[in-house]
Amino acid sequence: MRARLEETGYLVDDGLATACFLALRLHRPIFCEGDAGVGKTALASALAEALDAPLIRLQCHEGIDASQALYDWDFPRQLLHLRAAEAAGVKDADRLEGELYDRRFLVARPLLKALETQPSVLLVDEIDRADDEFEAFLLELLSEFSVTIPELGTLRAEVPPVVVLTSNRTREVHDALKRRCLYHWFDHPGFARELAIVRRRLPAVSARLAEQVTALVQALRSQDLLKPPGVAETIDWAQALDTLGANEVDAELAVATLGSVLKYREDAERARGLDLAAVLAARGT
Amino acid sequence: MSGVGVPVSENGGPPGPPRADAALLGFARALRAAGVDASAERVHAFLRAVHELRAGMRADVYWAGRLTLCGGRDDLERYERVFTAYFGGAAPAGRTVTVPPPPRLRLVARAGPMPRTVARDEQHRARPAAALASSAEVLRHRDIAELDSAGREQLRRLLAALALRGEVRRSARRRPARRGEVDPHRTVRELLRRGGEPARLRRHARADRPRRVVLLVDVSGSMAPYADALLRFAHAAARGSHTEVFTIGTRLTRVTRELSHRDPDLAMAALAAAVPDWRGGTRLGELLRAFLDRWGQRGMARGAVVVVLSDGWERGDPELLGAQMRRLHRLAHRVIWANPRKARPGYAPLAAGMAAALPSVDAFVEGHSLAALERLAAVVRGAEVAFVEGADRA
Repeated sequence: MRARLEETGYLVDDGLATACFLALRLHRPIFCEGDAGVGKTALASALAEALDAPLIRLQCHEGIDASQALYDWDFPRQLLHLRAAEAAGVKDADRLEGELYDRRFLVARPLLKALETQPSVLLVDEIDRADDEFEAFLLELLSEFSVTIPELGTLRAEVPPVVVLTSNRTREVHDALKRRCLYHWFDHPGFARELAIVRRRLPAVSARLAEQVTALVQALRSQDLLKPPGVAETIDWAQALDTLGANEVDAELAVATLGSVLKYREDAERARGLDLAAVLAARGT
Repeated sequence: MSGVGVPVSENGGPPGPPRADAALLGFARALRAAGVDASAERVHAFLRAVHELRAGMRADVYWAGRLTLCGGRDDLERYERVFTAYFGGAAPAGRTVTVPPPPRLRLVARAGPMPRTVARDEQHRARPAAALASSAEVLRHRDIAELDSAGREQLRRLLAALALRGEVRRSARRRPARRGEVDPHRTVRELLRRGGEPARLRRHARADRPRRVVLLVDVSGSMAPYADALLRFAHAAARGSHTEVFTIGTRLTRVTRELSHRDPDLAMAALAAAVPDWRGGTRLGELLRAFLDRWGQRGMARGAVVVVLSDGWERGDPELLGAQMRRLHRLAHRVIWANPRKARPGYAPLAAGMAAALPSVDAFVEGHSLAALERLAAVVRGAEVAFVEGADRA
């Protein structure tokens, strides 16, 4: 499992590899929590690539409901069908009515699409933004992997999709939903792992630059910042410096490009007060 | 990778040597004793996971348990501790043991070395474990509930009259309305119902939704005479789903769940058991920062109406409080400060904390009486309040 994920360029540790393995075997969703930019959403795309399955994404937002997430009837097409039938002189009203609620008039939204596509990876992104009602609805779907459409009957996934739920913890997700999932907390990676990730993602960047940037970000993260930078920011920073044609970074250049990692004025000020040159020197580069 | 079902025995556990299962069940029990909510369903998943991994390795058992038995970041530290205690000392070889989460991200944020700094007579109560909050303490905090009949009548009126709703904002959703844009969906459905004959156009318009309300209730010693009444106010307010309640003292505690109980007395009892820092000191600045780091900035305070119920007596650095209030003010739609002491004759916001906080406050109101709390509810709903400096009082 781990080797297959790493082939896609997504590095996993033991815990996450175990989680993915169990998710596939036990058909349980993985519930991912952690700071922004630590690779929660990227996990789903890596899984999709590793399993060679399409990734179906449902972005949650306030007020999301079943017709946006599950299915909807295609009214204009139904109407068109009626008109066509009328023009052709179809008289069998009962049959016509039955035809109206045919599968082809059903617009599959992400959740239904995930149940129908096999195999597939379903990403329910930022579940904490949706309302409680939607959570309850999702709970029902994730425990049975089936949907009942009143006009059509029950649709069931023979092979349940691999489900990844992510949350940024703007509110606590209900325990009933969490209980059905494998819980994984994403920590910021250590120096060696983060360096490996940067090298894997940006093969064009010089080894020295990657090492220096990773060391700087690790140093920044140990400060008491409003928003500690995630791995995504490390990659952004390395890329920004590489675009500037730098093969290595000094304190001056680091301060000039600080905007790629720190997004708050207070944080940037604090970082400027840091002795960045010392951090670079300590790394022995 | 195939979807082949796992053979599971009748009693829910996978077939296997019963001794190993007994050890795992014992571990789950130990976890439960340590405060992790390892329900039967989770334990079942744990056993299946161990079986699936054919775990002979310590590391596999570790991850199987961590993935299935924990339900939140706060559980991870406890899990780490119980796992080490139960399965023996050394950390699993060849892996980095996850560091315990940094304290500022935890549900209960400490403002200092906990029990020892608290006054002597409070030592026994300052223990964080919920189980140790004595029944005597619960009784003590219920005191105000045992009011005379007149007081109780007043309280009931307070609870009945109060429905704290946030100021409304326009939402992204549309609702059926008499005027507004044409609603294609309902119009087409209406047409369909009439067999395609022209019908009345259906319309919809943007709906209004109340904003989220966040209450931060000071439960420190200086607020003791008001704490119970204010928390009952919070209980009435928390009936809606758009309200979050925290207590601040020497720690930050989220009590929304405790207050969700319908019966006020039961809710107050649950709350007394959950809040470890009754009548201690106040570290407003630090706790406000903990709130913003842990909850506020991630979304809870964004666009919300934030109400601080406190007298502003800050033991920590007022400069820190001022900085955090500015941060809060930038995030929130409106910041309201209710100070029960404001009603006293001759009150001026001289307490260092209060003075530091005031520039970032949109409305500064009283909070000492039923009428004042009703007024506060109106302000939260969006009523204009003439921003009153301390010298001016109603």
